[in-house]
Amino acid sequence: MRCRKCSAKAIIRLPRHNTAFCPACFSEYVTDQIERAIKSDRMFGRDEGVAVAVSGGKDSLVLWEILSRLGYRTLGLHIDLGIGEYSERSRKKVEAFAAGRGLPFVVHSLREEHGAGLSEIAEGLRRPPCSACGVVKRYNMNAIAFQHGMPVVATGHNLDDEAARLLGNVLHWQEDYLDKQSPVLPNSHPKLVRKVKPLYRLAEREIAAWAVLQKIDYIVDECPNSQGSKMLLYKDALNRLEAASPGTKHQFYFQFLDRQKTRAQAAPAEPDLRECASCGQPSTAEVCGYCKLVGTLKVLQ
Amino acid sequence: MKILLHHPPREVAVAGPKKVCQVLRELEILPDTVLVIRGDALIADDDVVGDDETVEVRPVISGG
Repeated sequence: MRCRKCSAKAIIRLPRHNTAFCPACFSEYVTDQIERAIKSDRMFGRDEGVAVAVSGGKDSLVLWEILSRLGYRTLGLHIDLGIGEYSERSRKKVEAFAAGRGLPFVVHSLREEHGAGLSEIAEGLRRPPCSACGVVKRYNMNAIAFQHGMPVVATGHNLDDEAARLLGNVLHWQEDYLDKQSPVLPNSHPKLVRKVKPLYRLAEREIAAWAVLQKIDYIVDECPNSQGSKMLLYKDALNRLEAASPGTKHQFYFQFLDRQKTRAQAAPAEPDLRECASCGQPSTAEVCGYCKLVGTLKVLQ
Repeated sequence: MKILLHHPPREVAVAGPKKVCQVLRELEILPDTVLVIRGDALIADDDVVGDDETVEVRPVISGG
């Protein structure tokens, strides 16, 4: 197999683009896709600081690496969820990555703040761990980025993540979520930072391949709470479709984005946001979801 | 050849030599869900793996 661009030996085939690349041309392709996402969706400018949500997995570390190489001013944000050995290893990957490159980062430990890890919190609240995890991550990423004066949080969501999320939202006709499923979520309150997904043009396998080629040491293990998750079920279904008909995921998500632009013009106004009576962060209710979660935890303790 | 798999970590043996795509087909693994790594180098789906070699089949799908 030869690289379609330079005819050198190819190391990866991309059936959805009917192409194959050598390491150098593949690296250029990956970087181009990220730059294209940042520029065409006006995610952030050169003069803005970007907080990068880093878990220690391939997507977030690749995102951090490329944004740094492109010359953006970044700050890594890691939430230590306190999920036993998995969180310990994830945190070490982030710390080693940042130390090796001299990149600044902030770690927020759930256990240090609340005396309990995510699994115990979810169990105490009788909520699914992934639901509590979403609340914890969304709240802390926004709050920490805001505290550090970063106007943007970039996450490592990729094409597979977005296509799977779209499939889940469509299967359950969650129109509110569909309206919000965009590579860029503007800040609708002075205390909310913009949320962007610069990897949305790249498939999960492409990002992992780039990480291996660049010798990025990421955590390969999966979160123990993700076993049997709906997200993995949707990804499996989409990967079977993709194997039979390459380009399915890309078409599904990008055609949704095209239609969303039309929908956005007729979309209902954003819900009124106020400041949480407990923490002061933006909320649709008097007390935000995170403070309710933490408050219930304190009662249980 | 020796194949190192994840989730859970385990080893399986496959008779070689074989192309990567044939190995994945034999293991019933969708090519879009994994990378195949020999040593620390990525190998392509038409590369041949010898009977005496070891390769890692690393999943790329995450649940988050």
